[in-house]
Amino acid sequence: MATIEHAEHPTSTGLPSTKLAMWLFLASDCLLFGALISSYVLYRGASLVGPYPNDVFDIPYTSVSSFVLLASSLTMVLALNAIQRGDHGRTRVWLLATALLGMTFIGGQVYEFTVFHDEGLSLTTNLFGTTFYVLTGFHGTHVAVGILMLLTLLSFSLAGRLPQERAEAVELVGLYWHFVDIVWIVIFTVVYLIPTGSGPA
Amino acid sequence: MADATTETRAPEEAAPPARTAHGRHPGPREYIRIAMILAVVTAAEVAIYYIEWVQEQGLLIPLLFLFSLIKFSLVVLWFMHLRFDSRTYARFFLMGLAGAVTLYLIVLLTFRTFAN
Repeated sequence: MATIEHAEHPTSTGLPSTKLAMWLFLASDCLLFGALISSYVLYRGASLVGPYPNDVFDIPYTSVSSFVLLASSLTMVLALNAIQRGDHGRTRVWLLATALLGMTFIGGQVYEFTVFHDEGLSLTTNLFGTTFYVLTGFHGTHVAVGILMLLTLLSFSLAGRLPQERAEAVELVGLYWHFVDIVWIVIFTVVYLIPTGSGPA
Repeated sequence: MADATTETRAPEEAAPPARTAHGRHPGPREYIRIAMILAVVTAAEVAIYYIEWVQEQGLLIPLLFLFSLIKFSLVVLWFMHLRFDSRTYARFFLMGLAGAVTLYLIVLLTFRTFAN
C-alpha cells in the first residue's frame, strides 16, 4: 500500500496554519467560558430557593475528578512525546489512557449530575442550578468532543495512518485537551472551592 | 557499541527531549515532574479549603486564586508548550484571555456586582 508523505507547506508566518488556527480557536473558546463563568459568579448566592451549592457539593469526590483530569494531561503529553520519537506503540497506549481518563471524568460528572438531580437540583430549580449545569455541561461536552478526537487518532494510528511526520495532529488534539484541563482548573476553584452561603443572599 | 546506561534504562527515561520544527519540547521526566507539582498544588488547594484558620484570616480566596494561577500557568507553559514555541501562539492565546477577563469585568460592572 502506498503511503503519502505530507510535507509542511510554507506559510507567510513561518508557522503551521493548523496550529495557529487551533490557538485562535482556543482564544475564542476563552470568551465562551469567560461568559459562562461570569454568569455563574454574577448569580452566585442569588438563588431564592434551594438546594444551594453547600447543600449538594461533595468536595472530596470532585477533587478526585480533578486529579483524574490532571493525570489525563500528563498522558496526553506523553503520547505527543512518543509520536515525536516515532514510538507508535507507546503513542497508542498513552492516547488510550488519555481517552479512558477522560471517560472516567465524564462518568464522574454524569454521576454527580444524577446525585444533584435526585437531591432536587435541576436546570430550572434556581439560578444556581441553571448557571452550574450550563457551565459544567459545556465543559463536559468539550471533554466528550476531546475523547472522540483521541479515539479517532487512536484508530488512525492502529490503521497505520498516523506516521511520525503527522505528530502535529496529536499536538493539536493535545492543545485542545490541555485547554479543557485549564478551564476545569478555573471551574474547580471558582465554582467548587470558593465558599458561598447556604441560603438566599 | 551502545551506551550500557542507556540500554538498562526504561525507554521513556532514556528518551531525549523531542525536537520540533519550532523549538525543543520537554522530555517525559520533565512532564512527570510538572504533573507531580500540579498534583501537590491541587492537594494543597483542597487542604486549605478545610482549614478554618485560613478562612477566618480571609486568606482562602487569595490562596485559591494563587494556586489556580500556578496550575494554569504550568499547564499552559509546559504541557501546551507556550514556553518553548513561537511567541505568536502566546499572543493569540493572551488575546483570548484578555478578552475573557474584559468580558467578565464588563458583565460584573454592568450588573453592579462590586457595589454590593
